[in-house]
Amino acid sequence: MRRSIIITIVVLGSVLSGSVAYAAPIRPTDPSVVLERLPLKRGDTRAAELAKDRALLAAQPGDPELALRVAEQYFDLASAEGDPRYIGYAQAALAPWAADRGAPTDILFMRGKLLQWRHDFRPALELFGQVLQREPDHFDALTWRSAVLTVLADYEGARSDCRALKKTKGELFWGSCLAYVDGLTGKAAAAEQRLNGLLARHADASPVNRLWLLTRLADLAARLGRPADADRYFQRALALGVTSQYLLANYGDFLIDEGRPAEAVALLRDWSRSDVLLLRLTFAEQMLNAPEFKAHAGALRDRFAAAALRGDTLHQQEESRFLLRVERNAGRALELAVANWIIQREAYDARILLEAAVAAGRPDQAQPVLDWLAASHHEDPHLTALADKLRAKSGP
Amino acid sequence: MRAIVIAVVLFCWGAVAHAHKPSDSYLILKVSDSRVEGQWDIALRDLEYAIGLDANGDGDITWGELSARQGAVASYALARLKVAVRGAACTLQATDHLVDQHSDGAYAVLRFAATCPEATGPLTVGYTLFFDLDPTHRGLARIESAGLTQTAVLSPERREQTFDLAASSVWQQMWAYVREGVWHIWIGFDHVLFLLSLLLPAVWLRVGRQWQPVLRFATAFWDVLRVVTAFTVAHSITLSLAALQVVSLPSRLVESVIAASVVLAALNNVYPVVSTGRWIMAFSFGLIHGFGFASVLADLGLPRGSLVTALFGFNVGVELGQLAIVAVFLPVAYALRATWFYRRVIFLGGSAAVVVLAGAWLLERALNIRLLS
Repeated sequence: MRRSIIITIVVLGSVLSGSVAYAAPIRPTDPSVVLERLPLKRGDTRAAELAKDRALLAAQPGDPELALRVAEQYFDLASAEGDPRYIGYAQAALAPWAADRGAPTDILFMRGKLLQWRHDFRPALELFGQVLQREPDHFDALTWRSAVLTVLADYEGARSDCRALKKTKGELFWGSCLAYVDGLTGKAAAAEQRLNGLLARHADASPVNRLWLLTRLADLAARLGRPADADRYFQRALALGVTSQYLLANYGDFLIDEGRPAEAVALLRDWSRSDVLLLRLTFAEQMLNAPEFKAHAGALRDRFAAAALRGDTLHQQEESRFLLRVERNAGRALELAVANWIIQREAYDARILLEAAVAAGRPDQAQPVLDWLAASHHEDPHLTALADKLRAKSGP
Repeated sequence: MRAIVIAVVLFCWGAVAHAHKPSDSYLILKVSDSRVEGQWDIALRDLEYAIGLDANGDGDITWGELSARQGAVASYALARLKVAVRGAACTLQATDHLVDQHSDGAYAVLRFAATCPEATGPLTVGYTLFFDLDPTHRGLARIESAGLTQTAVLSPERREQTFDLAASSVWQQMWAYVREGVWHIWIGFDHVLFLLSLLLPAVWLRVGRQWQPVLRFATAFWDVLRVVTAFTVAHSITLSLAALQVVSLPSRLVESVIAASVVLAALNNVYPVVSTGRWIMAFSFGLIHGFGFASVLADLGLPRGSLVTALFGFNVGVELGQLAIVAVFLPVAYALRATWFYRRVIFLGGSAAVVVLAGAWLLERALNIRLLS
């Protein structure tokens, strides 16, 4: 019911502003005018390899190994670029096994990975569970399940999967898995120490592994009140030269929190294609009163409206933040933040719900997050300050 | 392949908690009197993935490259769309190729006409575009008929959907036009300002060369009623004549005279010429405002079969909208009528502001220039 009202409002709004689907089409006169820049050039080696595999798969669509290889390449692309089309392409490669419970184990696992991308966490957990029933030591399924359980704030479940990793690979993996969960549950200082140790002892770790460790370390240092150290971790992670939406988004958030919007703009300027990064870029431009702010805010508004037309609820956290900071609509922001908290429970999901509850003057709505904060012992000065504000508002 | 390490895994998941714009197409079908016209906006990125547009492989899609593939785009897309009226399939024929910009990039705009064996009945849309390549693709459809708009999301799970156009009964159609009428009054500042300018003096009486606040609410009420009724009767006459295509006037002339009417009505408050006969002014200019309403109604697309319904509904909507404005205006004006604020700020200041604003409209419309953004 609420959803249909939202959609109606958005449809009405978009029809009025004439922005989403109904702008006026044109007929360019110059044949050399560039209409679209493709993210992948055909000459690109990655693109070439993918195109070759895709053609092979088209010739033999039931080949599980080939299908998996195509799906994995698209999944990695989606993670680097943040583009959901690649998830659709990966899903298409696995279409022959879409509803097949007897599918090869790694295909079941890949389906789970794709499902969690769409925030279908429960069905994804079910698939990971099936994989682990067949192969209790399936390394990827264990790591992914622990990751999804963390998003759902099931820290005990996540820890148990981390411990099960001990039977599969070295300490770099199970150790960082456990340290990560510890870092979210009141042991930030110890977690930082452990991750630092792992980083030092595994100089041979791959760049992606190091990137993962460094972004987590940056988050821990920031939450422990040492922004200069956090900045150094972020800089080291950037120096690895791996494209990562996650790193860019987190560093962007950090720079904005630290009141360094000009640096955030420099970091994210070329990333307006990604909604997640465009959101941070727009916030930074808003702080700077930059001329690009208006156009970027308009683009985000259009993309949220377009998502609502589809009926997507993937981006509730981002939309809530946008509503609060740019549209200054605390009521709607709070509604979305509450709905988002039901689906995912990470630190920023908590923060936006607290911020919206403060802005809307509705401390009652923030109770689930306050309960989570108390139960998890999560350390974060931003969250603690917001929680104090809410407690002061709701009275003794 | 199993060598993926935890770091990749966890790191990928980190990126996942965020969204980005997935693939959509926008399909608009306009149905009127056995004719179905379509416009289909399809992302160039999706077309590139499906049939290849970037001929020279440089990563840029130019208008030239798209133009060269227009035939392929049309046959690929139209083969994946079925339109049927009362179960009988229509033949789809591409009529034009354009481009448009949506929030996530450039789209090919494919215009097409559908020739259907059946003239009336429920409309079925069967959609399979890109579902084989990207099961997360969605077709966002908008079906417009007789002033009613229906929307649908077409997905692999719901590829075929039927829209009951007949179900847009006379009442539903009329209701749609009533809403359009209300909406038009609400956003039609020129009509509202004209009316309010005429109503501002209704809470006063002209005694000699002086304005005196009326003593009784009834006096103001009857004055307002006279003005509003005269305006309504007048614009209803011309709205009907224009909608039935008995009379037609060039829209630039109509729009200019409407702006002039607003200027005169407001000017009359600052330099009174007409005081008791304002209903005559409402009637005379109301005739021109009716032509203005008619052009809006024409833009909405008039169903030939239910022209009278549409006309009646739209007119009722306009009157309801007007009534709402008057219902707010009159009590407030009556309460404030004896104050300095009403006399100086609202009456004189407001009227002067309206003169300036409507004067700018008049220049814009008469000379076809832009003064206000």
